[in-house]
Amino acid sequence: MHSTSNQFPTNVREAVLDDQLRLALGRAQTGFVTNRTNAIGALPEFEALRAAAHDVKEHTLAHLDFYLELFEHQATEAGAHVHWAATPEEAREIVLDICRKADARTVTKGKSMVGEEIALNDAMEASGLEVIETDLGEYIIQLSGEPPSHIIAPAIHKTREEIGDLFVRHHAELGFEERTTEAPELVSQARAVLRSEFQRADVGITGANFLVAETGSSVIVTNEGNGDLSNTLPRVHIVTAGIEKVVPSFEDLSTILRLLARSATGQEMSAYTTVSTGPRRQDDQDGPAEFHIVLLDNGRSTMLGGEFRDMLRCIRCGACLNHCPVYNSIGGHAYGWVYPGPMGSVLTPLLLGLDEAHHLPNACTMNGRCEQVCPMSIPLPRMLRALRNREFKRGLGTHRSKLALALWSFAARRPKLYHALSRLAMTTLGWLAGERGAFPWLPLAGGWTSARDLPAPEGETFQARWRRIAGKGR
Amino acid sequence: MSVSLDNAHPPNRPRVGLFVTCLVDLYRPSVGFATVALLESAGCEVEVPAAQTCCGQPGYNSGDSETARAIACQVIETFEPFDYIVVPSGSCAGMLRAHYPGLFETDTPWRARAEELTGRVYELTSFLVDVLGIEMTMSAHPARVTYHDACSGMRELGIRKQPRALLAHVPGLELAELSEPEVCCGFGGTFCVKYPEISGRMVSNKIADIAATQADTVLAGDLGCLLNIAGRLRRERIPIKVRHIAEVLAGMTEGPAIGESR
Amino acid sequence: MTGSREKIMGGVRRALHRTGPLNVSMQRALAERIATHHAHVKPTINGDIVSRFVEKVAAAAGDLERLMSMSTVSRAVLEYLDREGLARAIVTSSDPRMSQVRWSNELTVESRPACDSDQVSVTTAFAGIAETGTVVMLSDQTSPTTLNFLPEHHIVLLDRERVVAHLEDAWALVRKERTQIPRTINLITGPSRTGDVELQMEFGAHGPRRVYVLLIGGSQ
Repeated sequence: MHSTSNQFPTNVREAVLDDQLRLALGRAQTGFVTNRTNAIGALPEFEALRAAAHDVKEHTLAHLDFYLELFEHQATEAGAHVHWAATPEEAREIVLDICRKADARTVTKGKSMVGEEIALNDAMEASGLEVIETDLGEYIIQLSGEPPSHIIAPAIHKTREEIGDLFVRHHAELGFEERTTEAPELVSQARAVLRSEFQRADVGITGANFLVAETGSSVIVTNEGNGDLSNTLPRVHIVTAGIEKVVPSFEDLSTILRLLARSATGQEMSAYTTVSTGPRRQDDQDGPAEFHIVLLDNGRSTMLGGEFRDMLRCIRCGACLNHCPVYNSIGGHAYGWVYPGPMGSVLTPLLLGLDEAHHLPNACTMNGRCEQVCPMSIPLPRMLRALRNREFKRGLGTHRSKLALALWSFAARRPKLYHALSRLAMTTLGWLAGERGAFPWLPLAGGWTSARDLPAPEGETFQARWRRIAGKGR
Repeated sequence: MSVSLDNAHPPNRPRVGLFVTCLVDLYRPSVGFATVALLESAGCEVEVPAAQTCCGQPGYNSGDSETARAIACQVIETFEPFDYIVVPSGSCAGMLRAHYPGLFETDTPWRARAEELTGRVYELTSFLVDVLGIEMTMSAHPARVTYHDACSGMRELGIRKQPRALLAHVPGLELAELSEPEVCCGFGGTFCVKYPEISGRMVSNKIADIAATQADTVLAGDLGCLLNIAGRLRRERIPIKVRHIAEVLAGMTEGPAIGESR
Repeated sequence: MTGSREKIMGGVRRALHRTGPLNVSMQRALAERIATHHAHVKPTINGDIVSRFVEKVAAAAGDLERLMSMSTVSRAVLEYLDREGLARAIVTSSDPRMSQVRWSNELTVESRPACDSDQVSVTTAFAGIAETGTVVMLSDQTSPTTLNFLPEHHIVLLDRERVVAHLEDAWALVRKERTQIPRTINLITGPSRTGDVELQMEFGAHGPRRVYVLLIGGSQ
């Protein structure tokens, strides 16, 4: 997916003026946050599960080469083809090659963030394939030509009116000429339209929430059933997954499963958790004849060896987004790429580079709510700060902010100078304020005053007054 | 993460070094004086070392660890001699307690000194309640009040009950809780000036929540949050008073509230 | 891609400060770890697991009826179809347990994979998981997967003794009773649903709109 992360300030400005978006985000936030809180509240073992899940992932990452090889071996034994893609280009090439060899015309897709990461749809369409997103949210944004704005609910920013408009525009020729904006009817319509696509697809592509090394299986966790239809009906099933998705055993899987749905939607278990192992067996009456798994690196092995390793524990639940006040103010599109919110603010710079995504780690108040709700105990604020460290070392940032920081640094290390300067500044500002309580505007304070008044200081600094009243040496 | 109370056995007259914080020092000294009044009436001997400037957060959060480290050394050296270091700010106390040690390599002397210091650093309300066991305050404040929990204090230091315990003992004070006390107000240090549109949206949401409580005053333990909230209340012409909790607890509320005309 | 595997594995090993694979004894230990199938943290289930299962199916918007024996299955299915105003036609799996059902001749019954025009399927669950109200469906020559997804109504036969407490118990049962892991294991918890239209929950997104569990056997 093409990134607009470097236009973050522009994206933000648009997002903040978008009233529909504000309504949609408000609705989403209440839903997701309340549901998660209730689910976690009903699970006394939550913290214990969290600790166990952390350990499972840490153990897996510490032996990732072993588990990847085991996964490959087991999957191959079960009749699957395992492919290795170091880069998005390679991954795209592998998928196109499989489709070519299978003489495919039509592809149905279950939701895959990795698919977005490698810009798979564009590549497939460019090579002449018809690509149909089947997850309802993904389908909606495919019709509107937009990227996903949330990793669980990609069309969360769309109102039912907008969806109704899209459907009537695209479905009229299929016999759905009347515009509806009622959710049940919209869902039924999508079901009917997409059902025939599932049947005619040659290839079904899904992501994987987990890859179980024990048996070489891929696991998807969904609610709609579209992933299941995509991995059962077509004659070829392709799974695209990051190498960090591996877990050793089904017991390890179970531990993390208990956290995933609760953290994402507040469900104890999603409607469908499906384990796929190899292509159809000799006696099976349905299932794909070919089963391929494309393992994607794209920077993950680099992350494994450095200070961002914790990010590889991410299970893409979306809890951090749902609880992030910045995400809730601007929505997912403002972040400019596949992964929004706190996890996106760490991943995007790591996968696309800081030159492209340098705004994202800075658009954070370090309030820490993301880390608090993360089921995998990922220290998101720490990693965002580490990215800021890298930016500082590289001199990224506006001249103004770098100058301000340098001046502050110089003064803060020199108490006498600091106190003299601050005394001067605050006396001046206090005098300027007069009897007013605040400044609606002040030169050099445009960043502050564009959003709020600047309260007036009392005038004399504490240090100055303390020395004066309380005597020296105290 | 909650506050460890390893050093919660105060000697008779604890020697407290007041870490006044740059915002209190520069912007609203009366918070500092209220803090001193509270500590002294609780039986502490308070000193304010002159060699303090800032906790280092602005640099730390902007990626300048080197400056943060230099300032940390300054702070550690200056405040080591005290029994306790009390801070009228959750974010600055959090910086000292939760982040100073990590600025230094493990097994270095500075690291050890930082770790030793953190055990004696307390945010004001936490010090009063958790260490001194004090809940009685100094005077009445008849008003309907709401309380904003600053993020760092809440998440890094586990401060939630302590301010409420103290406010519960203020005669005449009625506390009305926010519907979403856990949501950030949008200050975030340099964030609020780097991304004013986002910050504006966040603080506007916070103001709406505050107004909905029908409180006439909003309190918090962090001046950064308070300046942000006060500035936005004024911008939206909502006449709710804004004060630091120390001012109310110390009964020092004759002066103008934050952002109020003098 | 030739070379990519080596590149990726090399990158992973370098990140883990290794030049080659783990030593043999470590590899054996890791294989042992898997083979012992040690469970980590399981939520406590208070009370009997069947009651818990029943409660959780309802919580997941599934429907459930308790039947004394297989002999009442046909009647229960007929009643369901009539209640829902559906045609008396079902498509079923052909496993041994299903073969024990004596279907009424008022029902049209076919045993085959499902197709789009099928309204109702009836399948046998391999197990039920009390922890979450989940039914476990395995694919094999008698149980095509499409039966679990294509029709709007999915009726599931589940024997009471096949209800286990936790997810881990279900995996253990699969390992015990199957020589090879099936192509597909579906853990199904209630009907298909989506919140993609303004977060309003709607059922029957792509999979069945209704899941009706017939829990067979034992006392009420």
